[in-house]
Amino acid sequence: MATSRTHRIIAMTVLVVLSITFIMPFVWMLSTSFKHEAMIFPPPGEPPRWLPITDVHDDEGRQLVRYQGQVVPDMGADEYGLHQLLVDGEIVTAWNHEVEAVLRTGLHWDNYRRAFEMMDFWQNLRNTLFVCFSAVLGTVLSSALVAYSFARIPWRGRDVVFVLVLATMMLPYQVTLIPLFSVYSRLGWVGTFKPLIVLYWFGVPFYIFLLRQFFKGIPEDLSAAARIDGCSEFGIFARIVVPLSKPALATAALFMFLFQWGDFLNPLIYLQDHSQYTLAVALQQFQSQHESAWGPLMAMGTVITLPVILLFFLTQRTFIQGIALSGLKG
Amino acid sequence: MTKWERRQLRNGLLFASPWIIGFCCFALYPLVMSIYYSFTAFNVVQPPVWIGLANYQELFFEDPLFWTALYNTLYFTVFSVPLALMFSLTLALLLNQKVPFMSVFRTVFFLPSIVPIVASAVLWLWVLNPDSGLINSLLRQWLGIEGPGWMADARWSKPSLILMSMWSVGGAMVIFLAGLADVPQTLYEVAELDGAGPVKKFLHVTLPMLTPTILFNMVMGLIMAFQYFTQVYVMTGGSGTPLDSTMFYALYLYRNSFYYLRMGYASAMAWMLFIVILGATLGVLYSSKKWVFYHGD
Repeated sequence: MATSRTHRIIAMTVLVVLSITFIMPFVWMLSTSFKHEAMIFPPPGEPPRWLPITDVHDDEGRQLVRYQGQVVPDMGADEYGLHQLLVDGEIVTAWNHEVEAVLRTGLHWDNYRRAFEMMDFWQNLRNTLFVCFSAVLGTVLSSALVAYSFARIPWRGRDVVFVLVLATMMLPYQVTLIPLFSVYSRLGWVGTFKPLIVLYWFGVPFYIFLLRQFFKGIPEDLSAAARIDGCSEFGIFARIVVPLSKPALATAALFMFLFQWGDFLNPLIYLQDHSQYTLAVALQQFQSQHESAWGPLMAMGTVITLPVILLFFLTQRTFIQGIALSGLKG
Repeated sequence: MTKWERRQLRNGLLFASPWIIGFCCFALYPLVMSIYYSFTAFNVVQPPVWIGLANYQELFFEDPLFWTALYNTLYFTVFSVPLALMFSLTLALLLNQKVPFMSVFRTVFFLPSIVPIVASAVLWLWVLNPDSGLINSLLRQWLGIEGPGWMADARWSKPSLILMSMWSVGGAMVIFLAGLADVPQTLYEVAELDGAGPVKKFLHVTLPMLTPTILFNMVMGLIMAFQYFTQVYVMTGGSGTPLDSTMFYALYLYRNSFYYLRMGYASAMAWMLFIVILGATLGVLYSSKKWVFYHGD
């Protein structure tokens, strides 16, 4: 059919154009993160530069600069911007505006080094991972237990309570924010990781819903057979339902990990010391203190985004199916 | 109740107990306290002082910034939600054309939606930079025109945020794709037998069958848009500048809570937000009776 072929060609063209547009910000981030300061803001009238560009060093690791038409090694500059240059074996001093870095196409790793130094990166990463894993573990364990109750145990009043679970999903966080803050501050928990973790050990509605959908699909006969063999309800949960639900549990863990990795508001409110910051808050603080340090900022943006993208590629199927599961029959 | 029923009830409650305890501590108690705080002057450090309806009175009659914040949020919602719906549906429809490399395209459109919001906000601040940002550089290079000031210009700041939100429609797109996969193929075959072209098939088969998915994405989009916070906090350093043009409701609420320590006032704001969200959601759900089509399930 000719028309359907034309359609497909048009669709393909539009898709290619749109995906280039979607990818461009990523490429821009990556390219800025590897660019030398001097080329991040291109001179007026020049087109944006996509290729990364870096400075050149001599054999002894000294940066090469152009000074009065000559390429000479730079011994370093003081805090006022006065450089010491080695011209024909003699030391000459020159101001910032008199020297110009020699540049070549290549990866400028210096932005990454600076970003790691300016932020307390490894400490921030440890904090983020600690909060992520504690919250993920709590969410999956508690939500699975609760979901089991709603999916597999027919108790009186169950359906009414389940509607309540769904209703709490609609409650905007702003309503509970202030009373919770007040409680946590009386408990002395402000400035600790507890407010970011504890509530996830008490079942999270979205994941209760997700897991319930999955648990309902497991044949009831398996439970009945185990019950006849004298297996307790918890035994059925732990030895039959959980092992059969690994894909759904993995989906819940994955979503929660991503949510925590990027969560901003709660860490912003409850963490007060730099040494406690998670990566998301640390990046925001870094941005507010160094507004135009685009090289290091994009380097840190790349570092924070990369694990998410890697995780996506490793778990692509789980991901897409999980999102579809949450949206269908909602 | 028989012995069996009692046993089931005990087990059921036991398994659900984490949520029941959590509900009381993290939802019910805060909910009740938040109503109470909204009638008090409260700064966390000292005990709350009852002031009756004064917070609400100030909100409605004495605080123009409250109305600005409400206006900004409604502006953003009214444009971003329908645009995101149309855009994500268009992407899903294009991907559904059985094009080659479908999964590659899907990945490309989906990835931006999982980038940590702080990282994407910092990235877009740079993309939208008036002097050396990607968009204005390309406008200069390709069209020879000087782009707007984007986030630095009060007239362009909200459109900038709406544009940015189009980059992260991937989640809604994946849900639409799942909805499209659920449309029975036989319906298309019947429509073809009746001589329906692609436009008619879309209007009379695809669109009606997708209405439950559209409703789901619309409600989710509304709830998220009303609570829009992180992007604007990061991009304006929590200030809502320029000229309060990005002072969104959730941001103003945050400022009242944690900058000015007016927790009572912020609680009143939270309840107003809750009512607005509830009203909008119920409105959409009510109207959905007229346009959502449920096939036999």
